[in-house]
Amino acid sequence: MKRTTINPNKISFLQRIHIDGWLLVGLLVLSCVGLFTLYSASGQDMEQMERQFIRLGFSFIVMFGLAQAPLGVFRFFSTYAYGAGLLMLIAVLLFGDMGKGAQRWLDLGFIRFQPSELMKLAVPMMVAWYISKFTMPPRTTHIIVGFGLVVVPTILIAKLIASSGIFAIFLAGMSWRLISVVGGLIGAFAPVMWFFLMKDYQKQRVLTFLNPESDPLGSGYHIIQSKIAIGSGGVDGKGWLQGTQSQLEFLPERHTDFIFSVFSEEFGLTGVMCLMAIYIFIIMRGLIISSRAQDAYAKLLGGSISLTFFVYVFVNMGMVSGLLPVVGVPLPLVSFGGTSMVTLMAGFGILMAIATQKRLMSR
Amino acid sequence: MQRKRQAIRDHSAEANLFARRATIAFIIVVAMLGIVLNNLYSLQVTQFEDYQTRSNGNRIKVLPVAPNRGLIYDRNGVLLAENRPVFSLEVIPEQVDDIDQTLADLTELMGITNDELERFQSALKGTRRFKPVALRTQLSEEEVALFSASKHKFPGVQIEARLARHYPYKETLTHALGYVARINKRDLQKLVEAGQEDNYAATHDIGKLGIEKYHEELLHGKVGYQQVEVNNQGRIIRVLSVEPPTPGKDIVLNLDLELQLEAQRIIEGMRGAVVVTDVKTGGVLALYSNPSYDPNLFVHGISSKNYSALLNSPDRPLINRATQGQYPPASTIKPHLGFVGLEEGIITKDYTINDTGRYQLPNVSHVWRDWRRWGHGKVNVSKAIEVSCDTYYYELAYKLGIDKISESMYEFGFGDFTGIDLYEESDANMPSRGWKRARFNQPWYIGDTIPVGIGQSYWTTTPVQLNTSVNTLINAGERYIPQIIRGYMNTDSSVDLIPLKSLRPIEIKNRNNLNVVLNAMRDVVSGEEGGARHAFADTPYDSAGKTGTAQLFTVGQNEKYDATKIDERLRDNAMYVGFAPFNDPEISVTVVLENVGGGSKNAAPVARQIMDFYFRDRVFETAEADSANTDNELGTN
Repeated sequence: MKRTTINPNKISFLQRIHIDGWLLVGLLVLSCVGLFTLYSASGQDMEQMERQFIRLGFSFIVMFGLAQAPLGVFRFFSTYAYGAGLLMLIAVLLFGDMGKGAQRWLDLGFIRFQPSELMKLAVPMMVAWYISKFTMPPRTTHIIVGFGLVVVPTILIAKLIASSGIFAIFLAGMSWRLISVVGGLIGAFAPVMWFFLMKDYQKQRVLTFLNPESDPLGSGYHIIQSKIAIGSGGVDGKGWLQGTQSQLEFLPERHTDFIFSVFSEEFGLTGVMCLMAIYIFIIMRGLIISSRAQDAYAKLLGGSISLTFFVYVFVNMGMVSGLLPVVGVPLPLVSFGGTSMVTLMAGFGILMAIATQKRLMSR
Repeated sequence: MQRKRQAIRDHSAEANLFARRATIAFIIVVAMLGIVLNNLYSLQVTQFEDYQTRSNGNRIKVLPVAPNRGLIYDRNGVLLAENRPVFSLEVIPEQVDDIDQTLADLTELMGITNDELERFQSALKGTRRFKPVALRTQLSEEEVALFSASKHKFPGVQIEARLARHYPYKETLTHALGYVARINKRDLQKLVEAGQEDNYAATHDIGKLGIEKYHEELLHGKVGYQQVEVNNQGRIIRVLSVEPPTPGKDIVLNLDLELQLEAQRIIEGMRGAVVVTDVKTGGVLALYSNPSYDPNLFVHGISSKNYSALLNSPDRPLINRATQGQYPPASTIKPHLGFVGLEEGIITKDYTINDTGRYQLPNVSHVWRDWRRWGHGKVNVSKAIEVSCDTYYYELAYKLGIDKISESMYEFGFGDFTGIDLYEESDANMPSRGWKRARFNQPWYIGDTIPVGIGQSYWTTTPVQLNTSVNTLINAGERYIPQIIRGYMNTDSSVDLIPLKSLRPIEIKNRNNLNVVLNAMRDVVSGEEGGARHAFADTPYDSAGKTGTAQLFTVGQNEKYDATKIDERLRDNAMYVGFAPFNDPEISVTVVLENVGGGSKNAAPVARQIMDFYFRDRVFETAEADSANTDNELGTN
């Protein structure tokens, strides 16, 4: 493992504080791009900038803190986190506040907490823990149990992102034949979802996605204005703070879910390709770290975290550009927003722990 | 079992498997982001122009800017219709901290009424918060001053000025000028049909009557545009470009305000009309109908109380008597009929009858009477015009027959629109066999023809029509269309005249015939027995004319007309047509006064005063010298 050591002193310092340099650089660059974009998207609102800055700082501290923890701690807490999360989800279902059309918040009196955020990490941890107990590739029965561990919370919180645990199963070596069978089952399951499981507001999102122009002033408005913003940005973009769609407030949710439209409008396709390069770099670095991890649990967990990050990016970019229905997923580290950012950076903290622990062990 | 398996797990094989899966996952990641990128490429490159257009469509709005309405001047450059700023008190809701407190303070300061508050509150609900809402319109100058003094206490409250039409001479010109008022649904419908709705997108008022309506197209101008950038709420962020509107043309009328005022002064208190035209052009110098009303009432929306008062007034001020009033022409058409008789060879200038005051047809018991019970004795056509002998014209009408009369009088313009530049015009009625059949489904009786000879029996005309027919006579058959508009006012105050309009002239067989009747008309004014000799005694100018007294009440066969015994509304109308100077006519005056009695006594003096006023600054050669050399010669144009 000495081949990566270009500057032994620096590496050793970063390793001592359990930080992966490449990943940190990627995340910092992304955060800076995010702050600049938010400054434009919020209409130069310094108060929002301040809040976002504090949140980012807090998230980086969480990341740094988790990076210090030995891997065994995560493995140990996998089952407890999952169990606690599951209980809280049930509590939310029974006592939760109504918000944004779905019951997602748990009011603990002093703070409103989203158990689904905890589950985003607890599910892959649990699945990785379970799968890694056996040899890889996993047997069919283990795969079925793994799926069960994923599907139950996914149905409870009605949020697709919690299903990231399946990445652990995929990475563990689930056979291609089984993958195609599952794919077929999901395809067959889609109509059942539509008629029996999806709520009205979710159905509306799908309908609007299929034909946004059918309701240009209602629910189709978001996606139409977003596509206009992106399309009118062209190759070079309109320039920072010059996006008419965002600055003149035609674009809704421009500082949260639709911030990518603001970015695309102001920086054009050129800027989009740079931003994608940063995201691909971070995902790639995450997968490399996972591949180099010594034990199966670390590999599976690290891989899941990296791919979950990708899902965020893909779904957000896909939805604002009209490829996917509008499902309310933020663009990681760029969108204005709290809990999801902390969860995300907690995941990167685990990745950093994986990266540095392996190095320490390999020495 | 589990532990055993863990013990024998192949770490390097598992690492390889994971690395393979991670590589595959990464390839999938790149591929899926490639799909996103491809989609973005299609949006930002392939469909760029489409989305750029839509983006501009979002933010760029084109606002119409109303053109300023053209001004209207009289022939001497006096402003008759102007655009004055009207002020209104407006509140911009988003700029007011406490709207209830502000309204209370304003109520205290300006005495805002509950009605105004209610209207304001309902307007407030339907308006964007950054758009001003009117609290009181049409502020007086005192109110403007009052508010301006304490403006600093009312942030978000402002006084807004808009240009609105004002008619400084009020009722003097209403029937000629007309007025503008707010565009209503019917106007809008018409504008849409004419494809003019875009041109009026920002316009507040439209011509509703008179010149304002007839020359709407000239006066309105062309809409301008302002390109502005707006945000999603429609608030204007900045102005990108301006295409200024083309203001309406300033127009000059043939009307002479002084003469118009004089006409108004003279017939004040009477119901009637005065029309004065320029003989040589057909230009309308004065067109006044009494009673009149203040057109400014309509500009800002007339109250229903005021409107119903105008509508229900028995004097019918809304009717333009000069162009819409239909009156029997009575004796005023005797020169026309005499001329036709001469032209047709039915009579000669020397043909004489003996008037005993009675006219009867063979085998008909009905007796038609002359206005003078004992008749005029021996009269030829000239004398018949001078003394307005009815018997002579009963016979002439009988000899001409209704067909010839109808046809020839229609050529003089009777029974047809003159084409004056007012939409409020009636064609009145020139009776004929066909007309009576259509109207009453009855044949024309010979008895119907006889009174047509003295301008009665179904025959009606309007003052402007009568005036035009006299001009045709004076102009030897040339038929100028009466026009109120004279031309366009240039910025340097010079005037571009509008070309004269005329109809196909009447062909005159023998000019002497014309001179016979015109000279007879002068005798009406200056002859020993002339009907208007008293009214026109000692004028410095030489004029000619014809009186008329229209009966609205049929007196029984053996009764005497006694004005005091019949309803006022059925008393005779007084008529007069005249022109001056005789040898080179300039103006032609028509006077119609309702229910006042005889034309000689009532209408002729009005015409005299009009002419006196018109020639007030003119020095004429002595009347004798004048008449001596123009006895048989009429100055031609």
